[in-house]
Order: sequence, then C-alpha cells, then structure tokens
Amino acid sequence: MLQVENLRKYYGTRKAVDGISFRVGQGETVGLLGPNGAGKTTAIAMICGIARPDSGQVTIGTAKLDVDAYALKRRVGLVPQDLALYEELSAWANLQLFGGLYGLDAATLRQRADAALHLVGLTDRRHDRVQSFSGGMKRRLNIAGALLHDPDLILLDEPTVGVDPQSRNAIFDNLLDLKRGGKTLLYTTHYMEEAERLCDRVLIIDHGRILADDTVTALKARHANLEAAFMDLTGRALRDGVES
Amino acid sequence: MNVTAVRALIRNELRLFLSDRRAMIVGMLVPILIAAFFGYVFGGTGKQENQGRIPIAVVDEDLSSVSRAITADLGSDKLLQVSVLDRIAAQAQVRSGKQNAAAVFPKGFGEQTTRSLFTGRDKPQVELLVDPSQATGARVIEGLLAQYSMQEISREAFSGDFGVKAIDDYLARLDAQGEAPGGDTATRSDLKEVLRAAQRLNRRERTEAAPSGKASGGQPNGSTNTQGGFGLSIPYTVTSTEVTAHDNVPYNAYAHSFAGMSVQFILFAGIDAGILLLLTRQRGIWQRLRSAPIRRTEFLIARSLATTLIGLFQLLVIYLAAALIFKVRIEGSAAGFIMIGVAFCMLNAAFGLMLATLGRSPSTTRGVSMMVMLLLVMIGGAWVPAFVFPRWLQSASLYTPTRWAVDGLDAMTWRGLPLHAALAPTAVLLLSALVCLLIAIMRFRWEE
Repeated sequence: MLQVENLRKYYGTRKAVDGISFRVGQGETVGLLGPNGAGKTTAIAMICGIARPDSGQVTIGTAKLDVDAYALKRRVGLVPQDLALYEELSAWANLQLFGGLYGLDAATLRQRADAALHLVGLTDRRHDRVQSFSGGMKRRLNIAGALLHDPDLILLDEPTVGVDPQSRNAIFDNLLDLKRGGKTLLYTTHYMEEAERLCDRVLIIDHGRILADDTVTALKARHANLEAAFMDLTGRALRDGVES
Repeated sequence: MNVTAVRALIRNELRLFLSDRRAMIVGMLVPILIAAFFGYVFGGTGKQENQGRIPIAVVDEDLSSVSRAITADLGSDKLLQVSVLDRIAAQAQVRSGKQNAAAVFPKGFGEQTTRSLFTGRDKPQVELLVDPSQATGARVIEGLLAQYSMQEISREAFSGDFGVKAIDDYLARLDAQGEAPGGDTATRSDLKEVLRAAQRLNRRERTEAAPSGKASGGQPNGSTNTQGGFGLSIPYTVTSTEVTAHDNVPYNAYAHSFAGMSVQFILFAGIDAGILLLLTRQRGIWQRLRSAPIRRTEFLIARSLATTLIGLFQLLVIYLAAALIFKVRIEGSAAGFIMIGVAFCMLNAAFGLMLATLGRSPSTTRGVSMMVMLLLVMIGGAWVPAFVFPRWLQSASLYTPTRWAVDGLDAMTWRGLPLHAALAPTAVLLLSALVCLLIAIMRFRWEE
C-alpha cells in the first residue's frame, strides 16, 4: 500500500529525515516510534504531501508523490497532532468542510459524515459547537475528519495526546474498528502500550533514520520489552529543544 | 479546478463569519453609528435650519445706533448664531469653546467710525476675541463684520446724526485749516462740494424719514437704522445653488459619511481575514487543509471570493441602513455603484491576503496593518471629505485606492453621475487588487 524510498528532508543545514525507506502493506497497522525531534512528524508531512522531500519517493498504491501529489492526497487521511478543527463551528460544519475539500457530493458527504460521527460516538452532538466538546471528544472528531473521503491510508500523528484514559480507550476502539475494516494505519506515538496493543509492526526512528523495523513480538524477543527496545536503540539522553 | 473544494472553503469562511454574531453585528452597526454621527455633523440631509451656524458673541460697549445696527445685521445672517454678551462673559465663552469668536465694539465706535469714514483718521479698534482652534470661523466672522460695518457706517454717514456732525466738523476744519488730502485749492473746493451734497442728502433723508419713523439715524443710542436711509452696500447679490444629482435634490452629508465608513469597516474585515489566515497557519487545521487535494491557487481563489462576499454583505447592510434611515439614494448609476462596490471588496480581499503573506505574527501584523489602514482611510477622505485637505494632500491622496473608492461611491450616490464616471475608480481599484494579489501569490507558502 505505502512505499517510502530513501526519503530525505533538510531544514537549512539540519537533517530532519535522513534517507528513510519502509513499506506498509494493505490493512497493516504500523507504529512509528521515536523521541521528540526524531523526524516522525516530518516523515508524516512528506507522506501526506504537505512537505516536499528534498529527495526520495513516496508511493501509495499506484500514486506517486512526485508525479501526481493530488492523486496521492486523495488516498490519504491525515489526523494531525494538533487539533484540526474549527472550534467556533459545529461538528457537522467541520465535517462538511473536510469532505468538501475532497470533492464529495452532498449526498455522499452526508452519508459519510453520519457514518464517521457514528464511528466516533458523536452522532448526538453533531450540531453542537466544537468549543463545547471535551478534549477526548475533540480528538475523536479529529479522527472522524480524516475518514470522510474513505482513504486507503490513515496517518495518525499522536492522536491520543492529552486525553484521559477513558477517551484514549474510546479512540483505541475506533482505531481497532478501522483496522478491522481493512484500513491501513501509520501511527506515531510516545506510548509503548499503544503500539503494543494496536500495531502489527513497529518502526523506531531517531535523528531522521530508521533504527528498527520489525514486529512487536520480534522486538520484545530481542529486548526485555518494547520500551527497553526503544531506550536501547534511541539512548537515554534528553531531547529538549529539538523539534521535528 | 476542484470546484467542490473551492465551494466548501467559501461556505466555511461564510460560516465562520456568521458564527461570530457579536463581531458581525459590531462590524455593521458601528460603521452605521459613526457614519450617522459624521453625516449629522457635516450637514445631515441638508434640511436642518440651524445646522452649521457659527456661534459668535457681540460685546456692544458703544450702544450706538451704528453698533446696534451691525449687531442686528450679524444676528440675521444665516451663517451666524449671535449672542450679545458683556466682555467677561464673551471672553469666558470663547475660552471654553462655546463661541468661535467675540467682536467687541468699543465706546464711541459709532461716532468715530462715521468721522473716520471721511477723514481716514482716528479709526476705532474693533477687538475680535478668537478661539484659535476655530480659525476658519473667525475669518468668516471678520468678513461679515466688514460687510455689515461698511453698510451701517455709510448709512449713518448719509442719514444719521453722527453723519451730520462728522460732515459739519470736517467742513469746519477744511474752512479753518485749509486741510485737504492733496492740499491744493481745487481739491479742497471739490471736496467741500461733495461734503455739502452729502449734508443735503442727509438732511433730506432725515426729513423724509421722520414722519414715518423709518430712519433713526438722528437718534444716537436709540433704535437701529437698518430699515431705511442711504448707505453703501455690496453692489451685487449672491444666490447659492447646490449642484447635486438632480434639481431640488439637496446634498445629503450622510451619503459621504456612509461611503467613508463602509470603506473603513470593510477594510477592518479584510484585515481580520488576513489575521485569521495567519492564525490558521498556527493551528492543526492548516495541516489538514494542505493535506487535502487542493491547489494553492484554488485555496487563494476561495479565500479571496469568501472575503469579497463578506465585504459585499457588509456594504449591502450598511447602505440598506443608509437608505432606509438616512435617505441616502443612488442618484447616479446603480450598475456603477455595484461595479465600484465589487471592485473595492475584491481589493479588500487581496489586501487581506497580502497582509497574511507579508506578516509574521498575528499581533504585529494587526498593529502594522491597522496603522496603514487608518492612514489610508484618513488620507482617502473617509472621515472628512478630501476637499477640506490642503491642495498637496488632495493630490497625494489620489495615490490611495481608498480615495478612489470613497469618491466613486460619492459619485454614484449624491453626485448622481452616470456609469462612465464609475469606470476610472473601478479600474484603479481592480488594478490595486491585482497588485496586492500578485504580492500575495508570490509570498504565499503552501508546501514546506
């Protein structure tokens, strides 16, 4: 489904992503783990076409980023780390915009928005303004916004940041539903238990390079657990002041 | 082009605009209130009787027929609102700004002015106490004072007691001292002849007026002599015709103030649109927008169209209020009015986009753009009509698109000009919009 080949990105003289390559199969859920400033968000930005790589190629199905970025974008749904919602508008109005951006006609959009709201459990709050939602509800709506155009690949950039355990659990249930529905997920997180629970495979990234690409079971077999694998590979030095 | 996406973006911008009801009402109510205030101050619909009268005080320390007649003349002038006060009260009221000026007629004014009319000597001094912040008003008063003084003093000279006395004295001095402006015998003889003729005229005037009580020139310190008697006056009359859209259509000052305030507050909305875009760039929504299959041109078109529509909506509401409450009418070309309105709203949208691409942070961009915008509307004649500016500023203001917008809206409303008068303002506004848009396109960052 997703093929990333030798992807590089510099910001000035700083290497944000340094020649990463990996594949994600259809229906697979892959975790992209790394400390702050490792290059996760930059990698996600290049895969969804909002950052131009300095070199390398991204292919989703048959769509190539450097040939037709718009065809590629139609196959990707992005759940950004920061809430991508207009708080002053209703949930429904937000979804109307996001669906409209992908060229959905009114009837299809209505049907997809209903389905997305149902999936994240916000059907009865559809006409309420987002600013009246709790943090967990906003995160769930943030996910719903990425599903309207029925993407093949969903990129989730730390979708559970700042939510309580109940909301995180609800989000997990949503993601498991998507996984069961055959969607391909690429998921960045700091939480090892999330990766363990959700991911078929894990990529550990640091300083813009992929340090490990394996199944959770295989990584756990080589290290005490997933967190130990993460710490062994990325080290214990603090990453304050580094941004990806 | 992804028309559905463009439509979705426009609809979303309109939803955002309508979602903030308070800001929306303020954005339309405030310009209406300010325009109403400015319109009233600058003459309203032209029907108010006392509007625009200059308040002045007269201090009559002479109480002669001459000073009283001048006071009465000033009081009946349509330009003035006259109060008769004593010196202390007049000074206090000028200082506090209640009167633009006060004219003080000193004791002996009537007699001295009549005498110095012939001799040219010992002229009494009329003191004018002036509020320095009202210099234009003071000049008007000075002019009117000169006009009425000349009229009343000459009347007194030819039909009043002071006149008889002044002529008698002057003749006596000429006989006794051989005094004359030239000094030679022929001149003295001619002058005496003129003075004797004036004396005869004076006596006849007084004799004829006495039974009817018309002239009061013979009663110093009595009633005024404005009703009769021979006197010099300005040898022409002036009729003033308001050249507006049509005959019998008075100038409506609200038309200009609504044009100015529409321009100002639509520009406010344009700045807000620019700031909103800058704020959006800092939010997660920016990533989602850029991850969607829309091109940067589609995004810019959608933003521009949305801001243009919002501007047109504001213009419509503001002018509806102007029409319904303040009787502002499109006396000229309605098509021209629409053309200028659309062109200005397009400029406003492009201006907002340009700000968003030039600015770094929302707060500094807001500060700088407010300063630029206020300067543009001030110079553009949105607050006060450009014709009150000094000549150089009037010329300089033609380089601001706001001047063209205000003048264009004026032309289509109270001036009642035809469609072709809208072409130049529309062209200037569209050209300015194009320049702003080009800068915005060049500076706009969509992909990283």
